[in-house]
Amino acid sequence: MALSREQIAMRVAQEFKDGSYINLGIGIPTLAANYVPQGITVMLQSENGLLGMGPYPTEEQVDADMINAGKETVTASTGASIFSSAESFAMIRGGHVDITVLGAFEVDQNGNIASWMIPGKLVKGMGGAMDLVAGAKNIIVTMTHADKHGNSKLLEQCTLPLTGVNCINRIITDLAMLEIRDNTFHLLERAPGVSVEEIKQKTAGKLVVEGDIPEMQF
Amino acid sequence: MAGFDKVVSSYEEAMAGLEDNMTVIAGGFGLCGIPEGLIAQIKKMGVSGLTVVSNNCGVDGFGLGILLEDRQIRKMIASYVGENALFEKQLLNGELEVELTPQGTLAEKMRAGGAGIPAFYTATGYGTPVGEGKEVREFNGRPYILEPSITGDFAIVKAWKADRYGNCVYRHTAQNFNPMAATAGKITVVEVEEIVEPGEIPPSQIHTPGIYVNRVIKGNFEKRIERKVTRSA
Repeated sequence: MALSREQIAMRVAQEFKDGSYINLGIGIPTLAANYVPQGITVMLQSENGLLGMGPYPTEEQVDADMINAGKETVTASTGASIFSSAESFAMIRGGHVDITVLGAFEVDQNGNIASWMIPGKLVKGMGGAMDLVAGAKNIIVTMTHADKHGNSKLLEQCTLPLTGVNCINRIITDLAMLEIRDNTFHLLERAPGVSVEEIKQKTAGKLVVEGDIPEMQF
Repeated sequence: MAGFDKVVSSYEEAMAGLEDNMTVIAGGFGLCGIPEGLIAQIKKMGVSGLTVVSNNCGVDGFGLGILLEDRQIRKMIASYVGENALFEKQLLNGELEVELTPQGTLAEKMRAGGAGIPAFYTATGYGTPVGEGKEVREFNGRPYILEPSITGDFAIVKAWKADRYGNCVYRHTAQNFNPMAATAGKITVVEVEEIVEPGEIPPSQIHTPGIYVNRVIKGNFEKRIERKVTRSA
């Protein structure tokens, strides 16, 4: 069965390594903060200028001067630091953030990502997404494998305006976890109960399936 | 101390010299760390044709959003403008031009502008609509685009405290774009919660040295919260 949003986030969090600096995008990526595996410590970067993002504040802790990149009130964890936007993006663009997780409309087999603009619809802006995909060492994209009409979002070539080129190496969808290598999607894991056939059918780009594909473990 | 005393006592003095068609760089991220009183003064002055450089454009009725009400902004340079119905309306009917700029590139444009660097290469935006028409150069086998920096006729900044010499400190994430904005204005005006005497802020804790600052004014801030989210205690 296809994974829920929470299950996608749980699978994302399994990728986190102890001592990682991680930037989580809005939506499913943010949920991954709730599933950091036991015994692992990570530090979350919020691109408005906070490294070491803590939980939401209690009513008493609410402070207008403490927000996250989604403009929500937030707290700082022990050992956090706060800095300017230029410093924040020096971390991001300089490749110092270990893992970036973000959503997308489309990803293609060349590692290109489209996530910010649908022609004909009002464009609100890219925020920090283009900086993140250009700078991060290890980018995980979370999205549904296909749109609600069943059209694949894992393409031979993106059709929408790009956010970044040749930058995505891992994708976790509601059906599968895949890696992009040599301009090809490689199937690594499948969601419990989802067949390789279904994943093949819903992947429009070139897909390589080598050997038995294990189910995700939760 | 008169020579270095940057404190002004009225908003008229703080924004004196702002004229139609000027470029104004504003600090702030969403509604966090915005110079509320300076924005209100721009509205009151009624200047128009402004190019405003800021990460966002406020919300309807607050922050930079109030400058849309009388169509004072001709062009907005920002990374994300989704929170504002009036903005959408003016954009769609052609009254407002917008130049969407990646957030890190925007911060660096201000930083470089203030540091006397006219342009810089970045990987951000290469191969995307942002890179169209821009010079591309390869370094170590990777393509980068040339991005021009930004300076403004005015920079409007919100700090927590400043001393009379204009040395500023910011509080928590209200820092955001403010330190870069402060360096990039021909005239930089800082609105603060508290003015202190020189020496009260330890020199090594100053975020923005007073050399960048022309005027300091004590403001009263509403500090509106855009998205209040809490957990139970």
